[in-house]
Amino acid sequence: MSVAIRVEGLSKRYVLRHQRHGRYTALRDVLAEGAKNLGRRLLGRAGRGAGGAPDREPFWALRDVSFEVEEGTRLGIIGRNGAGKSTLLKLLSRVTEPTAGRITLRGRVSSLLEVGTGFHPELTGRENIYLNGSILGMRLAEIRRKFDEIVAFAEVERFLDTPVKRYSSGMYVRLAFSVAAHLEPEILVVDEVLAVGDAQFQKKCLGKMEEVGRGGRTVLFVSHNMDAVLSLCNQGILLKEGSIARMGSIAEVVGDYRRRVAELNYSVETCLARGGSGGARVLRVWVADAQGAAVSAVTSDQPVMLCLEAEVEEVHAGGKALDVGFGVDDADGRRLFTTVSSWNDETVAITGHSLRVGCLLDRLPLVPGRYLISVSLVFQNDTLDSIVHCGAVDVLPGGGAIHANRARDHGDLDLPCRFRMLA
Amino acid sequence: MTAENPAVLVIEAGRAERHYWRDLWRYRELFYFLAWRDILVRYKQTVVGIAWSVIRPLLTLLVFALVFGRLARLPSEGFPYPLLVFAGLLPWHFFATALSEAGMSLVANANLLTKVYFPRVLVPAGTVLVSLVDFLISLVLLALAMAWYRHVPDGRIVALPAFFLLAALAALGSGLWLCSLNVKYRDFQYVVPFVVQFGLYVSPVGFSSALVPEQWRLVYALNPMVGVIDGFRWSLLGGDQTLHWPSLAVSASVAVALFVTGVRYFRRTERTLADVI
Repeated sequence: MSVAIRVEGLSKRYVLRHQRHGRYTALRDVLAEGAKNLGRRLLGRAGRGAGGAPDREPFWALRDVSFEVEEGTRLGIIGRNGAGKSTLLKLLSRVTEPTAGRITLRGRVSSLLEVGTGFHPELTGRENIYLNGSILGMRLAEIRRKFDEIVAFAEVERFLDTPVKRYSSGMYVRLAFSVAAHLEPEILVVDEVLAVGDAQFQKKCLGKMEEVGRGGRTVLFVSHNMDAVLSLCNQGILLKEGSIARMGSIAEVVGDYRRRVAELNYSVETCLARGGSGGARVLRVWVADAQGAAVSAVTSDQPVMLCLEAEVEEVHAGGKALDVGFGVDDADGRRLFTTVSSWNDETVAITGHSLRVGCLLDRLPLVPGRYLISVSLVFQNDTLDSIVHCGAVDVLPGGGAIHANRARDHGDLDLPCRFRMLA
Repeated sequence: MTAENPAVLVIEAGRAERHYWRDLWRYRELFYFLAWRDILVRYKQTVVGIAWSVIRPLLTLLVFALVFGRLARLPSEGFPYPLLVFAGLLPWHFFATALSEAGMSLVANANLLTKVYFPRVLVPAGTVLVSLVDFLISLVLLALAMAWYRHVPDGRIVALPAFFLLAALAALGSGLWLCSLNVKYRDFQYVVPFVVQFGLYVSPVGFSSALVPEQWRLVYALNPMVGVIDGFRWSLLGGDQTLHWPSLAVSASVAVALFVTGVRYFRRTERTLADVI
């Protein structure tokens, strides 16, 4: 077996700007900064001491990472939010340049960092297949040859000449993945695309990727879903704070990750992932008992309250109804339960700039273990803040049930039950 | 296992250079696709679609013909004034659309640039290709106008592509500058419309550059579009006009310099583009 990917001493540094206006710089700031520095120099003061916190701060997203991947390996890359997974994929797919180090890739690389990159809503399905294929690096002749196959896999034959803006989100994702799935690169880099789409299609995608892997091609797969990683990959890398914490067979690496996760404290700051348009920010997430006292563990037969505290920006402050959602996942990130206030025909009114809300559940009927909480704040289809795994709760066995012989595949629910003899 | 020996790609800090020109060739189809997308989208989103590329220059032409031709009675070198303006407006309009589209192109495609690799220069270059389509449509209109005035161009028309190339160099060069600057400093999105509006009056669109006093002609030619517009008039309208070679040389050098420095600056920005945009 030859080496498909060799990474040597790879590092990536970002400069974090402590800025107020968004990501880009305004010329004004550069000028102001220049004037400030000049002023400091004229006054003979050292730049840092007097100026308070520096406006720029280097941050190493990846630091001195080295590994080799043999041809035909299906490598899972796991780690928490900010561990450097996405940066690694971006470097491998050449979206951005490393600060130091070297990557040697043998063969054509295709990366799927997002489903439907470059899709244009105004264009039809047919046009988008050509456009997207070309963006992903396919030749025109290649797209023509695979066109029918792509359409069949995506199951969108009837809507080929409809603009994709009229597609359902499921159709959109199917078409996008289908184009990408037919790339046939020697090295396929995939970032969490399976988080979308319906379960049946997810299975189809996983199947397609396994097929790619079995065909002697190399697959790099980043996911938060440990079940998907375990079923797809044979090797794994666990990243932690920009360095490799563990490398080896996927079972070992996932086991290590699970152990680390079990020891972790969950909070908004150490969350797994965060997104949203802003407008509201969740500050704290916790679990309480029915009386509202914070707890870290509950029994499966007692009432429990999922709580969050958020600050709300001016536009949403006062009266407007927000939709609040809570999700409960198992330690592998598999979603077990979701509730959204509007599903229960309830809206959450905001008074002032802060929001404290709790969702009372009669019980959390889950088998003993650690469960992770995700939250989201939505205002009229606009997700203001969404945080994955920002809280945790340990569920202890409730009265009566004995879990000594319970295995993983016996299921997740611990519903109260009574056995009796039938007449 | 694939039979052929797969290509080996080495990614190293500060060494993207090595594959650059080879990649550009490999991705040539994407260049057309990006332009094709922009044309399709424009056609679909607007009611009159591609007609806009005709209406805009025609209305400008009308205003010039009325205000400067009829009211101000600017001299027109013995040609019908509308023809004089049209021959100048044609390259100017190409330059203006290419420049403004290219200037905004990186920011407009930010989502693409942070997710997939391809030679980034294709994005601004694609917009120049889109402007070329507009240009060709206007060229047909000019041909109709010349037929109406019974004006037959002479052999000098073969030089037209050379002048067009000069316009494209100037447009892409300044477009590359603006789009790279725009990524870092969004202030430049306000600069572009200003340059375009201002340039229409500073360039010899509504008048012949022969009106400029002799001692100032070389300074005037620092605007690369001066050489381009003069060249367009010379090769399209013919007659007894002579080409002012020194000022053409100045304009051409400025255009080439803009292009070379534009490419350099763009390549410097390109490396960290995805981190900043």
